[in-house]
Amino acid sequence: MSFDTLVFAALVYVGLLFVVAWAADRAASRGRTRWTERPIVYTLSLSVYCTAWTFYGAVGYASRSGLEFVTIYLGPTVVLAGSWWGLRRLVRVAKMHRVTSVADLISARFGKSNPLAALITLISLVAATPYLALQLQSISLSFAAFGPGDVLPGPLDLWVAAGLSVFAILFGTRNLAADERHHGVVMAIAVEAVVKLIAFVALGVWVIWGLAGGPADVIGRIAARAADPDAAGWMLRPDRWTALIAVSAAAIVTLPRMFQVLVIEPADETPLNSAAWAFPAYLMAMSLFVLPIAVIGREMLPAEVSPDLYVLHLPLSQGANGLALLVFLGGLSSATSMVIISAIALATMISNHWLVPLYLALKRTEPGDAAPASLRSPLLISRRFAILAVIGAGAVYQAYGGGQALAAMGTVAFVGVAQLLPAMLGGLLWRGATRLGAYCGITAGSAVWLALVFLPSLGWVPDINWGGVDALAAAVLISLGLNVALFVGVSLITLPDPQERLQALSFVHAVAPEAAAVSTPPRADGAARAEALLTLARRIWGGDEALRFFRAEAERQGKSGFLPDVSAGFLSRLERRLAGAVGTATAHAMLAQVAGQRPTSMAELMAVAGEAQRAQERARRLKDDSDELARTARSLQEANDRLTALSVQKDAFLGQISHELRTPMTSVQAFSELLKLPDISVEERTRFAGIIHEEASRLTRLLDDLLDISVLESGRARLSPSVANLHDIISRAIEASSALGRGRALTIDRDQPSEHLMVLTDADRLLQVLINLIGNARKYCDVARPVLSIRAQQHRGTTQIDVMDNGAGIPPEKQDLIFEKFSRLNDPSRAGGAGLGLSISREVMTVLGGSITYLPGHEGAAFRLVLPHRPPGFGDDNAPA
Amino acid sequence: MSLPNDRPIFLERAAYRRRRLKDAARILPIVTLAALLLPVWLMPDALSGAGGMIWLFALWLLVIAVSAVLHRRLSAKPARSLPPAPPAPAQIAPGGGAAPDEL
Repeated sequence: MSFDTLVFAALVYVGLLFVVAWAADRAASRGRTRWTERPIVYTLSLSVYCTAWTFYGAVGYASRSGLEFVTIYLGPTVVLAGSWWGLRRLVRVAKMHRVTSVADLISARFGKSNPLAALITLISLVAATPYLALQLQSISLSFAAFGPGDVLPGPLDLWVAAGLSVFAILFGTRNLAADERHHGVVMAIAVEAVVKLIAFVALGVWVIWGLAGGPADVIGRIAARAADPDAAGWMLRPDRWTALIAVSAAAIVTLPRMFQVLVIEPADETPLNSAAWAFPAYLMAMSLFVLPIAVIGREMLPAEVSPDLYVLHLPLSQGANGLALLVFLGGLSSATSMVIISAIALATMISNHWLVPLYLALKRTEPGDAAPASLRSPLLISRRFAILAVIGAGAVYQAYGGGQALAAMGTVAFVGVAQLLPAMLGGLLWRGATRLGAYCGITAGSAVWLALVFLPSLGWVPDINWGGVDALAAAVLISLGLNVALFVGVSLITLPDPQERLQALSFVHAVAPEAAAVSTPPRADGAARAEALLTLARRIWGGDEALRFFRAEAERQGKSGFLPDVSAGFLSRLERRLAGAVGTATAHAMLAQVAGQRPTSMAELMAVAGEAQRAQERARRLKDDSDELARTARSLQEANDRLTALSVQKDAFLGQISHELRTPMTSVQAFSELLKLPDISVEERTRFAGIIHEEASRLTRLLDDLLDISVLESGRARLSPSVANLHDIISRAIEASSALGRGRALTIDRDQPSEHLMVLTDADRLLQVLINLIGNARKYCDVARPVLSIRAQQHRGTTQIDVMDNGAGIPPEKQDLIFEKFSRLNDPSRAGGAGLGLSISREVMTVLGGSITYLPGHEGAAFRLVLPHRPPGFGDDNAPA
Repeated sequence: MSLPNDRPIFLERAAYRRRRLKDAARILPIVTLAALLLPVWLMPDALSGAGGMIWLFALWLLVIAVSAVLHRRLSAKPARSLPPAPPAPAQIAPGGGAAPDEL
């Protein structure tokens, strides 16, 4: 196959990728993301993990070290299998904070610290540069494999690097959206993932069934090869095995390009549910044929062919040119997708954490900047420049460094970025992790990595002999061990600042930051500040999008127009939207400058905690209140029922009282007419005068009662308290009520000795109540032998007098009513009074400071009088004694 | 350990099953890791050749299958009988609240 054909095929393929990326970007810009949001596309985009290191290097690795190559794919398998547990949380928190990169995530967690992000950017860049160089190298090696005779055009690497830069700049920095998603790039990566899988599987099938005699034969050959004394490297070493699985598991989340496709590109965490098994399946498919190809290649190819290029030389040596071209395109896909995503991810980090802060710091020193220019073009230019710089660094490294086996640089990068894992994991799981702890852990771990892994891999520093332990395993153990120990230890002894504690709460509990933000009252210059913020947002997003966001925020607050109140929630949301474009730390610094935000103080942080507690308190009190309301409603219902019943009674009574007043009046009128007659005898005159007198007395009693109750109710009743013997009062009451005469004979049952209680009260008033009660019993007790029991006792400082008869008692439904004015039970004719007796008694007892209650559950009617130790107002300092 | 005061103590069958599925999804990576590491520490010789390859890919396939079943069932819509989930993101709870997916 000629070199021209190869270049032509490569160009057509790359052109196809441009078209795919362009179409996907165009669809996304019109809101059609149906394709790019599919879980399958997400899963395929994760395959950027399989670089040229996998495509070419895995076979080389396997031919040197046997099964050990799979460790690189087992780590991600473990992490993805546990995605429900860990990755979902990571993606959710990252989306919540709109982080733009792994550096942004860690710096946001540790108090939005830009220096921390800058340090992580540096480490990532150092780790990635040789790795990028490796990809470029693999492309030129694969070109060379095709035409050993042809002379390669000298700067081929440069052309490849330039092409990749154009792609990355075109599709990676098209716009400055509020998130770092690149639909076009992801779609192109997904297509490349399919190509490399098909190429590798096709090659594997061809090797197993075309070159060898099927699976059984291949397994036999593998067993033979493993038994070969030449293959000493095939012996698995548990320490290396463990260390490599550990760092590859770490790398799947900390490598900038993996963080980009795994966390930044998806809209949310749902595609993880598919990727959790589909991506391990992809990795397994890519690994399945590695060992067979390595073994067959070693048997069939001359010894001087590098095992790293077996995948190309095997089909070429058999004349399978079509397959070789497919494999070449697969390798090209692996290398280019890695370079493009790495460049975009690293450029975002460099731009957001190095260049933009630098630019802002320089701009700030300029005096009198009346109309600040748009930040969009400086931001985009810095991104483009950073992409060129990243790919350029890889190309330069490849030109002047290079020369190692493909696998080595991959492992080096993995161990380097694994140093970010403790800070990332600790930050997500442990609220006590502090920024200083993160600094110390990352710095120490990276220093060990530089000294024990990175520099030896360049050959600048000799490897250290650790005795029986493998050098890489030892380096991983020491660097990560020191990293974790310092991270935890320093975190334990340092105190995070309030900003950091807020972020820690938000990250560890996946709480939206504005829920944790301190609510500050809107300030007087709110409108001016909102306008300044709008200007800032315009500088970054451009006019339309900024206005859209501000209008939505204003609507959310129920305001019209474009300027929302500058509340804590609004600031928090604006900051996160800005962070989606320029990174958390920069967005925070910008807002602090424009909005005049003070740093969060410790007192405010405590206020947040207090606020939450108060919210819980309020919720509890609300429940209590509603219970209380239910109780009140019930008692109101009862009162209403009573009022209704009373109203009916009252109507009846009005008729009654008219009758009561009218009957004596009629008598008086009639008999006084009779008295006027000339011829009546003296006896008759006396009788008539007696009747008139009696009727007039009845009227007077009725009117007295009415007057009495009105005096009592109005509180104008005057008491004349004195010390009296209860026994005497009861005796007088019995005498008085029997002197009143009416009614039947009543047997009184007393417990005279116990009645000798001294009470301090108005004896005349108490007497009035007792007379009323005894009189009632006399009137209403309708049994053959009525018995009235009177019992007195002292109870807890009060004096209780129970008056009980053996009659029918009062039916339960009437018990509520008997103390009401004008209430009278069934038979008005027997009452002889106006139904005011018990009502007056109740008022009297209230005035005396005691109470009268009906005691249900007795044989007949039973009342209990309770007298206080002393009447109210008596014995107080300000009351007359 | 005191009973949690803000969630139901006992669950209906569907919700109970779902919680156990989540438990299984949490255990899966740990079991996988143990199954990958322990045999190599115990008998590296036996696993270094073709036997190792068969063991490894069989294990791999098993993990993928189990993970697929678990995640498919977990991502299925929760049954109707589930109590309504608390609105996410969770309200701030000082003194430790759990992320909604851990309830």
